[in-house]
Amino acid sequence: MPEFTPPQVQLAGVAPEITLLVSALILLIVDTLIGERPNRWFLPVMATAGLVLAGAFAASTWGDNELQLSGAIALDGFASFVKISLAVFGLLTVWVGRDYLVRDALEDSEFYALVLLAVAGMMLMAAAADLIIMFLALETFSIALYVLVAFKSGSLTSQESAMKYFLLGAFSSAFFLLGIALTYGAVGSTALYGGRDPVSEPGIASFLSTSPTANTGLLVLATGFLIIGLGFKIAAVPFHAWTPDAYQGAPSPITGFMAAGTKFAAFAAILRLFDATLFSLRAEWRPLVIAIAVATMIIGSVLAVVQDDIKRLLAYSSIAHAGFILTAVIAANDRGVSGALFYLATYGLAVLGAFAVVSVVSGQDEARVRLAGYKGLFFDHPALAVALTLFLLSLAGVPVTAGFFGKLVVFGAAVQASYSWVVAIGVITSAIAAFFYLKIMVRMYLEESEGESSPLPIGRLAAGVIAITAVATIGFGVVPGPLLRAAEDATMFFQPAPETGQAPLGG
Amino acid sequence: MMGVQGEVAAGFEPVLAPLIIGLPLAGAVVLLIFGKRIGRLSGVLACGTIGLAAVAGLLNFIALLGAPEESRSTTQHLFDFISVGRFQTGVDLLLDPLSLVMVMVVTGVGTLIHVYSIGYMHGDPRYPRFFAYLNLFASFMLLLVLADNLLLLYVGWEGVGLCSYLLIGFWFDRPSAAAAAKKAFLVNRIGDFAFLIGMFVLFGAIGSLTIGQINEAAGALSAGVATTAALLLFAGATGKSAQIPLYVWLPDAMEGPTPVSALIHAATMVTAGVYMVARFSPVFEASGGTALTVVGVIGAATALWAALMACTEYDIKRVLAYSTISQLGYMFLALGVGAYSIAVFHLVTHAFFKGLLFLGAGAVMHALDGNTDMRHMGGLRRPMPIVGYTFMAGWLAITGVIPFAGFWSKDAILAAAWVEGNYVLWGVGVFTTLLTAFYMSRLYLRVFEGPLRTPEGTHAHDAPLTMAIALVPLGVLSVAGGVINLPGLLTLEHFLEPVVGESLAPEGALAFILSGIALVVAVAGIMLARSIYMASGAEARRARFVRPMAPLVNGARHKFYVDEIYGRLIVLPGKRFALFCADVLDRRGIDGIVNGTATLIGRTSQGLRHIQTGYVRNYAATFLLGVVAVFSFLILRVVAG
Repeated sequence: MPEFTPPQVQLAGVAPEITLLVSALILLIVDTLIGERPNRWFLPVMATAGLVLAGAFAASTWGDNELQLSGAIALDGFASFVKISLAVFGLLTVWVGRDYLVRDALEDSEFYALVLLAVAGMMLMAAAADLIIMFLALETFSIALYVLVAFKSGSLTSQESAMKYFLLGAFSSAFFLLGIALTYGAVGSTALYGGRDPVSEPGIASFLSTSPTANTGLLVLATGFLIIGLGFKIAAVPFHAWTPDAYQGAPSPITGFMAAGTKFAAFAAILRLFDATLFSLRAEWRPLVIAIAVATMIIGSVLAVVQDDIKRLLAYSSIAHAGFILTAVIAANDRGVSGALFYLATYGLAVLGAFAVVSVVSGQDEARVRLAGYKGLFFDHPALAVALTLFLLSLAGVPVTAGFFGKLVVFGAAVQASYSWVVAIGVITSAIAAFFYLKIMVRMYLEESEGESSPLPIGRLAAGVIAITAVATIGFGVVPGPLLRAAEDATMFFQPAPETGQAPLGG
Repeated sequence: MMGVQGEVAAGFEPVLAPLIIGLPLAGAVVLLIFGKRIGRLSGVLACGTIGLAAVAGLLNFIALLGAPEESRSTTQHLFDFISVGRFQTGVDLLLDPLSLVMVMVVTGVGTLIHVYSIGYMHGDPRYPRFFAYLNLFASFMLLLVLADNLLLLYVGWEGVGLCSYLLIGFWFDRPSAAAAAKKAFLVNRIGDFAFLIGMFVLFGAIGSLTIGQINEAAGALSAGVATTAALLLFAGATGKSAQIPLYVWLPDAMEGPTPVSALIHAATMVTAGVYMVARFSPVFEASGGTALTVVGVIGAATALWAALMACTEYDIKRVLAYSTISQLGYMFLALGVGAYSIAVFHLVTHAFFKGLLFLGAGAVMHALDGNTDMRHMGGLRRPMPIVGYTFMAGWLAITGVIPFAGFWSKDAILAAAWVEGNYVLWGVGVFTTLLTAFYMSRLYLRVFEGPLRTPEGTHAHDAPLTMAIALVPLGVLSVAGGVINLPGLLTLEHFLEPVVGESLAPEGALAFILSGIALVVAVAGIMLARSIYMASGAEARRARFVRPMAPLVNGARHKFYVDEIYGRLIVLPGKRFALFCADVLDRRGIDGIVNGTATLIGRTSQGLRHIQTGYVRNYAATFLLGVVAVFSFLILRVVAG
């Protein structure tokens, strides 16, 4: 009779996620126990504590390289890098959100709990080494975000946006699930890596390394559906249509969080899935991703030109950025992976900063979101205008800002993989994108404000977030070395091989 | 700033070296942002940062002196700057005798001038802004001299140019100041462009921008490449250090506040070219004589040319500006005959006495409501003794009277030219000594000696305390600064020898004869000025003296029409070409393309916008189209494959 061996429970890989879940629950309970108070300062404090602790857990596993929980969770530098970044994004969101909620009298413990849950889902996404876990993570943060988008309880647009986002999200999840099912059909498992023996411990990577190419047809089809599901989350064309509406309707701090966090989490999954696990199938998925990247860059940049609402404009800009980052996915080399990580981290900081400025400028109930509202901002609120300029310059990729090095490494990786023509399109669309960033700057510096300048109450937390992101945006632009090196050190459990060599085996 | 104490290669241990640059930079940033709130204390803050930087510089200087001679060069890596592929450049500081001598000059003289500015700029509405720029300038200048690679040096080089522009045009509401700032910037751009290309040539030939590696590899360069690179670098130096043909901006730069003229346009920034040539002396040596000959000839010609114009100028600051150009010419003459350490010696003494002379001129202007015309002045030594006596020290130093500082350094330059066998350069140098003694005596005697004369409605008073505090130490240094390199001891030369090599000096009787000639010529210049400006019957003698040289004097008075010639030959055609580019090429050609593209994108965008209807069913339909496209692509691929 076989001896009963209890499954090994290793929690290091999911310690940050557990921390966040527990913090969210404690936060809800404490709020209920304490009851109504005029100033519920303890809510952001508790959320901050939870995020800091989660970030610390993620940092403590830096350098580990193993699979945990029966091969479902990857504990590696890649996941650590993403998790630390997400913890920072979460912190910035909580702080900007606090000022925003207080101003619009919307503060509720649910907001903080949902942000923590969303961050937990996003973190799990980066560590998932099994498609089912990946799907659970995706749904976890998506559902939290659906609610957060609708958080402006009095606002119809907010409700409408959430509804659209939810319906289309459900639609895309169906395709992602279909992709998982097809994968299972082809491989006999949903694990990304699998064990040494492909028969007893099947997994995608081990399947690909042992099966003849003729048998991969079903997996190729599955790949297509997985691209669709994840492409929706990164707002890639043609799965992007929800983006402008959801970005416009959501509370500004949440919009920033979606742009920074959702994109990072979904791209982490894409990088792990395509540039590592499905690396040897790259000849099959590459043309598809190229087509999507090119369409995304063009549509995102071109459509942003005519937007006259700053949140919609930044939504299209985020679509274009998804296209730029996809060029790194296409490269499918080490530089592409580290470049994408660097890009996503610095893009996240700039976009969070930009939306922090938007939260402040848009004022009570977000009444001032038209571009016209930014006329003469420099003369009324020079610090805000200068900070926003900095973020926009970084988004445009102008040197001495972090965005420049982001574009440099991402495009450099694609050039190294001989996809110069994709980079050429990227550069042209960047130039188009620069146009609408400049358009905002022209409004702020060269035009006179309409009507009398109203005083903008700038909360201390929001001011702090703007200062932090501004300093980081300049700092990583002048001294990109440390972050670049960290991104290079963030090796994946299953590393993509150099373009010429054989893909190494997992395990 | 990353770790204050980064990685250190071989050599001595630097002491808080990043602070030398970091402190003034931090001061500038704080003053730029919070200047208005800090208000009157801005000056004190700025003096504090540069003063502490001077202390940090001194500590490093002491650390270096304590090290044995072979380990007196250290590079300190602060952080990586750019690493793209094989191209790696870090932010590294080079601490060696040459850079630390420059640091001592910049922070030492810089601190005194900062203190002086507290008094001089008192009451200016943009007082904090002035000190922010001054601090910013100091940090860029220190970056320039401490940079371990050409790229970083270039950052400092452009940075000081920017600060010079901002400070010349500090009173930008005066059109002449704005124009002067623009002129300085544009003329410097020409030099900077050549410098940049020189940098590319060196990188192309050697594959590195690090100073040490360039100098090591320079010997292996072909003479042609070395000459090209050296001349391009020197072209950059002619811009920054105001040599022929790019000197025209410096006289106009006197539109800036006087402390700026003293700090930037006399003591420090304009000597950047001298420093740079000395720093890259192996590259200049590698060209086999050509490049150094050019440097020496241009230097000597500039020395003479500027001295001629100084003789007829009436504006005290502009006299000093021409004198600066002329003295810089001496330094390049020294570089041209391979006497690098002597050039640096003159750079140091010149920083003392020229800084002093400018500050003295500033004190006079301060007392006389901004008047600068020496024809309206006279006998000012009595009402303002501190300014008068310190100015006298500066005057005797620059004319080269023994034992003042300028005597030793100028004498060493002329002697080196003679020993090198460059008798023509020596002759030009000696003649320029005569002119220098003449125009400086003319300035000093007219302003400070004779009967008291002040412009109408002004009342001369001595310098306030903060200004006097700066004048006195510089006066002492102008008198005694020569001790750093007395003949026989040659302290500074031996100190610099590991970096720039030995300088030749005459021996025995020849040394005394050459010094004697220089001294006699200087005294003759002073006597000449005295006889036609001071002694009784000076008016008549002056008329007799000037008459035979009327065309020359007239020419000098009009600056030999160089500005006009440049205007006709370069600026006007340049403007026409620019207008052509702007009107025809740009507005109709490129703008047409750009606007056309923009219109096209705008229209496309407007058209595509209609897809974004706001209806979920339409969004889902788009989505589904995408799915169909993906799916059919893959099916076809799988079936075909």
